[in-house]
Amino acid sequence: MARFVKTGKKSVKAISTSSLPDIVFMILFFFMAVTTMRETDVMVTVRIPDATEGKILEKKSLASFIYIGEPLEALQTLYGTEPKIQLNDTFKEIADIQDFIAQEREQLNEADKTKMLVVLKIDRDTRMGVVTDVKQALRRASALKIMYANTNVDQLTLHQ
Amino acid sequence: MADIAFLLLIFFLAATTMDSDTGLLRQLPEIPDPNVPQDVNQINDRNILEVKVNKDNLLLVEGELTEFSQLRDITGRFIINADNLPNMPEKEIVNLPYFGDVPVSKAVISLQNDIGTKYGVYIAVQNELIAARAKLRDDLAKQEFGIAYERLDEDRKGAVDDFYKVPISEAEPKRIGEK
Repeated sequence: MARFVKTGKKSVKAISTSSLPDIVFMILFFFMAVTTMRETDVMVTVRIPDATEGKILEKKSLASFIYIGEPLEALQTLYGTEPKIQLNDTFKEIADIQDFIAQEREQLNEADKTKMLVVLKIDRDTRMGVVTDVKQALRRASALKIMYANTNVDQLTLHQ
Repeated sequence: MADIAFLLLIFFLAATTMDSDTGLLRQLPEIPDPNVPQDVNQINDRNILEVKVNKDNLLLVEGELTEFSQLRDITGRFIINADNLPNMPEKEIVNLPYFGDVPVSKAVISLQNDIGTKYGVYIAVQNELIAARAKLRDDLAKQEFGIAYERLDEDRKGAVDDFYKVPISEAEPKRIGEK
């Protein structure tokens, strides 16, 4: 059997890792700058509808989110398959929306209270009945600025 | 050092999201005060474009079954009313900054839906209506100021908005289809 014999000097030197922290910090700062904290765990399936005219949500701090859709598969044994309304981290009813809006408004400072925006993230297969109820509840809570969340596409095709 | 940085990096990767939200901005009407007498000046019927989506997600414009792809054109033509037809919106001479005295269409779009309409279809229809209005505004901006609407300053934008105001009304939903 041939023996492994080192012949001559090792030609490749190990790469210096002294600049690795710098690189990783650079990536870290990039992510800190461009991302936002995840605030709620969405417990419903929301496939947002497509549209061409969507505007970008500028100030996320002014926005409150309402999710409507079927509960996730893991939660369906408990909550069924009917579309549910999720406020913050729990399933709620139409009647709770007014309290939720009041609570969210309380968290904004005085100057921003009128600029409050409610973002509706609703599954595209939801029936309009529940959406209309939510809209009426928002009107009663006088949260009149709303945004129908959508994904922007160039060309709209209709799924009837 | 690198280990700590990696740790932080992984934390941020897990705890944050990068998606930016987009959506259609709408303004809901206020709930009318029952103590205040309602405005008796009903909007003239010729000014209203009635768009309805029924329970089978079919589109009806002024009571007629319409292809979804035509909605944008129909809406645009309705708002302009180029031939001053009597069954299309009236025009009112309004003094606007940058434009002077111009005839402004008094068109209103009324969007109604059934209780069983799919949300996705409703949004698609709403999107078309907003797109029709946005296109008129853009055309006007190009014709008048030579640049796209998006690049106008706030004053000019406001003037163009007033030219084609065209409220898209979501007022007082009729709960059609409810037993």
